[in-house]
Amino acid sequence: MKPTHTFQSEGITAGYDNRTILHDVSISIPSNKISIIIGANGCGKSTLLKTMARLIKPASGQVTLDGKPINKIPPKQLARVLGLLPQSPIVPEGITVADLVGRGRYPHQTFLKGWTKKDYEAVAEAMDMMNITEFADRNIDELSGGQRQRVWIAMALAQQTDILFLDEPTTYLDITYQVEILDLLTDLNRKYGTTIVMVLHDINLSARYADHIFALHHGKLVAEGEPAKVITSKLIEDVFGLHCTVVKDPVSDSPSVVPIGRYHNKLRMYS
Amino acid sequence: MNESMHLIIAGRTKRRRRFFLVTSLLAIISFALCCTMLMLGNTIYPFSDVISVLLGEKVKGASFAVGTIRFPRMVAGIFAGFAFGVAGTVFQTMLRNPLANPNVIGITAGSSAAAVFCIIVLHASNAFVSIASIIGGLATVIVIFLLSRGASFSIGRLILIGIGIQAMLNAVISYLLLIGQQHDIPTAMRWLSGSLNGAKMENLYPLIITVLIFGPIIIMLGKRLDMLELGEQAATSLGVNTDKTRLALIISSVLIIALATAATGPIAFVAFLAGPIAKRLVGAGFSTIIPAGLVGIILVLASDLIGQFAFAARYPVGVITGILGAPYLIYLLIRMNRKGDL
Repeated sequence: MKPTHTFQSEGITAGYDNRTILHDVSISIPSNKISIIIGANGCGKSTLLKTMARLIKPASGQVTLDGKPINKIPPKQLARVLGLLPQSPIVPEGITVADLVGRGRYPHQTFLKGWTKKDYEAVAEAMDMMNITEFADRNIDELSGGQRQRVWIAMALAQQTDILFLDEPTTYLDITYQVEILDLLTDLNRKYGTTIVMVLHDINLSARYADHIFALHHGKLVAEGEPAKVITSKLIEDVFGLHCTVVKDPVSDSPSVVPIGRYHNKLRMYS
Repeated sequence: MNESMHLIIAGRTKRRRRFFLVTSLLAIISFALCCTMLMLGNTIYPFSDVISVLLGEKVKGASFAVGTIRFPRMVAGIFAGFAFGVAGTVFQTMLRNPLANPNVIGITAGSSAAAVFCIIVLHASNAFVSIASIIGGLATVIVIFLLSRGASFSIGRLILIGIGIQAMLNAVISYLLLIGQQHDIPTAMRWLSGSLNGAKMENLYPLIITVLIFGPIIIMLGKRLDMLELGEQAATSLGVNTDKTRLALIISSVLIIALATAATGPIAFVAFLAGPIAKRLVGAGFSTIIPAGLVGIILVLASDLIGQFAFAARYPVGVITGILGAPYLIYLLIRMNRKGDL
């Protein structure tokens, strides 16, 4: 099992250029759990994720890992504990699946040395877990969107970090693949105790797969906790401005948001 | 599990074998071209004479032709070719654009303009012209980087501003050539199309030293360059300090290419061709820096041999590489246009 870490943001304010997106957000990531950040477009979900993963420097406040500010930790050492899969990483031309997954080993490798047995083991394990071993020698360009996403996640797995951040890992994927990816990430959390933090668009899938939800609105944290307590029609109204009713997901018993639009409203007929 | 590992090891071993095989082959071809260059000329000397001259023995006739003329020519070709090839592939990989090469960030135009200005307006000495060309090249790079500096690093902006500045400098060069005195023009032309003619050992030491220092630095940064290829965010997450890495790569590449340009003039298209050729030959998955350097050497030496001996008249190396490179540029533009990358 992966060790426990205290990973916190302490009053971070961050943004791009002069535009502040995140206002004074303090959160603590539950160790060895799956956390999902939800919120409307432009509310700062991705910014929070990126700031915590040291891709954006906060204007004020700091992010600490086990009490130490992350910008004080040597980059390679930090990369062995904390990994992030960006929303749209770039595929180098002509690279094979195995070589791309192998790039996740960079923080474990020393200068000029080739792959060690440990590197091969980590790559094989990650590829097996993502069911992409059969594509090992194929060119990435030949794969479908869902397969590609599994390759990227395998690269992040090969990094063997205790904490894994994913920025919208299911975007652009068909619903079947979205569920597949979320199942695989849950496997990872259950099997190794990897702390997973991700940004997801789908509230219902978030409610089902998350142990812990962070809800953001206009760059501020408005609610956090287990999905059953956090996801209420009031919160969804506040955060997304969506009129809705929350029911129990028949499959998982997790809260499920049913939107109410201006049409097709059977409830209104009786009220 | 074990089975998967064997599969991955087998695949990677195969790719690694190809990489080493091709790289060795490129090294052998480079070496063969070096020998040919030393043997071939107005008088053809046997290999044994060449060896004797290189070992410092006096051989009648050969000592002067091989030792004083052909050897410096070969050294200039090797170091300039390597510099152009390595710096070219670094820029193409870093900027993720096959059109990106050191010309785009203005080194070539900057050093040519400075050199032509010194020759035509100041009538300066050779050493002064070389130093001015290095300073001109570096200053142009700095100007282009400052102008393209926005909130975040943008490749597109850098390339566009680079092309704009280049066009301006080329206009300056054309103007200088128009107002220049007739006898200065041939000297100035050397700075517009690269040539190994008249290479002298004492003028080559700055280039040799710079390449020997910064070449290894670039090769050592190769693995980080591969990480940069995955994009800013992925590279940072993998523990690469992207700003520092990029800065170190840019400074090293700009220096070697500025010194190479000062030594031989801009040898057209070598920086642009070497990377893609090397990548095609060695395959993906391994750093192309060393193979690209070797391809650069091969392109320069082979083109120089063709320029000297294939035609009735002798052409400088830059003319031949220009003829080789232009069709590739057109091919690349057509292909990028079809893919919608342009």
